Amino acid sequence: MSAAISTRVHQSTLDDANWVRWSLITIALGFVVLFLCVPLVLVIIQAFSKGFGAYFSALSQPDMQAAMRLTLLTALITVPLNTVFGVAAAWAITRFEFRGKDLLITLIDLPFSVSPVISGLIFVLMFGAQGWFGSWFVEHDIKIIFAVPGIVLATLFITFPFVARQLIPLMQEMGSEEEEAALSLGASGWKTFFLITLPNIKWALLYGVLLCNARAMGEFGAVSVVSGHIRGMTNTLPLHVEVSYNEYDTVSAFAGASILAGLAIVTLILKTLLEWKQRTNQATV
Amino acid sequence: MSQSRIMPGFRPTVSFTVFYLSLVVLIPLSTLVFKSFELNFDDYVNIITHKRVVAAFRVSFTTALGAAVIASFFGFIVAWVLTRYSFAGKRFFHAIIDLPFALPTAVAGIVLATIFQPSGFLGKFLKQNFDLQIGFKPAGIVVALIFISIPFVVRTVEPVLQEFDSRMEEAASSLGATRWQVFTKIIFPNIFPALLTGFALSFARGVGEYGSVIFIAGNLPYVSEIVPLLIITKLEQYDMPGATAIALTMLVISFLLLLMINLLQHWVRKRSGQL
Repeated sequence: MSAAISTRVHQSTLDDANWVRWSLITIALGFVVLFLCVPLVLVIIQAFSKGFGAYFSALSQPDMQAAMRLTLLTALITVPLNTVFGVAAAWAITRFEFRGKDLLITLIDLPFSVSPVISGLIFVLMFGAQGWFGSWFVEHDIKIIFAVPGIVLATLFITFPFVARQLIPLMQEMGSEEEEAALSLGASGWKTFFLITLPNIKWALLYGVLLCNARAMGEFGAVSVVSGHIRGMTNTLPLHVEVSYNEYDTVSAFAGASILAGLAIVTLILKTLLEWKQRTNQATV
Repeated sequence: MSQSRIMPGFRPTVSFTVFYLSLVVLIPLSTLVFKSFELNFDDYVNIITHKRVVAAFRVSFTTALGAAVIASFFGFIVAWVLTRYSFAGKRFFHAIIDLPFALPTAVAGIVLATIFQPSGFLGKFLKQNFDLQIGFKPAGIVVALIFISIPFVVRTVEPVLQEFDSRMEEAASSLGATRWQVFTKIIFPNIFPALLTGFALSFARGVGEYGSVIFIAGNLPYVSEIVPLLIITKLEQYDMPGATAIALTMLVISFLLLLMINLLQHWVRKRSGQL
């Protein structure tokens, strides 16, 4: 009797009517297709609009190659630095109690709420010709702004919170019992970290590194302020895309864009895999 | 604390964290504050109340607001469909929601401009059939910001919808509530704080967004020029005081928004804790 009632209730008012269901699915998918799928497909179509030959010759231009190298170099410097910081910060915050901890967590998130343009501007104010340390660097003939170091600094700022932010909630939830057990049995600090902590956080760590890398390679606003847009010298791949687009060199712009879109697709696939890994990992723990 | 006696690495990790944070984030950010002390108050007010600056703030805030409203509406439907219904290709749609996080903003910018410019395939269609121009108009800024906002709304609402206690729905419907009543009286009020957080996150991001906007906006002063672009324009004219004053104002507004978002999230957690 009660089973019959609950089924009836279930069918009539807990499930949406079929027409509601199908109209909502249509609206949602229509919206996602229009705003997300169409742009992604169009990058590829535009890149190959003048044929494969034009696409590959655009990709092999020296300026394009230089832009790709600079983007890789920037990511190679910034991602490891912010990863080491993320692990250290997560360890400090989740394994100890100290005053000002909440403030520290808030400050780590700060770069997320700063407009990319302002993130670039602060480095111009610091190291530009009229900046704080500008004259010292000019005297010593060191270029920061409109040069590679400025690009690296701006990217470092922008991607600063990514790894820490993935690790802190996870390590908080994990607690430190396993590590305490290892330590009290005589394991060294490093040994405990590599044998206990690292295996537990590895998927979240990779997830943070993945997001950090995607942003480091794709950052545009902050880098655009400090770079000076010198072709073949200080143009990262996103900046090269901008310059080519503004010069009506559509094939170059979209060829560069297709590489970045490919990077985004790889990022999304790995992200989905890592989310799945994290879930199954948590389920077994 | 008892754990700090056995747990190693307190000093090195805390000091490295504080050192690196200061070097990469705090000292650079404080430059903006200190640089603005070089301005006297009247100069600051003159810069900020200049007509072109006021217009840029109006453009940035109204477009970000419009985009956040539209993205919240559709984002809510997307989150609902993704958590409640099953259909073919659901996994694909689930994964692609995060595209705006992964796709560099410059790529989004040139592609949206290509689609919506008057000669682009959607731009042409809208122009011919509805006499509507989106590209190179403030509406173009809204389109770019909707793109950026989608994951913020969906990813904030989705977990709350997923964890929503269906027993409340069952109780309401067994007491005779219609489906619409269950939605408006039970489900929506419980999801609302999360939706508001998603809305605030999109709005905050939209106000500062640069890369995806500049290609589609047309960048006409007083009409479709956003604040971040105006900062860059001032910088290119070597007008450091101008750039600094506008940037500081923007930064203060972002921090106020951040504070509001944190309070909202606190409220969400408290509410969901009570459920």
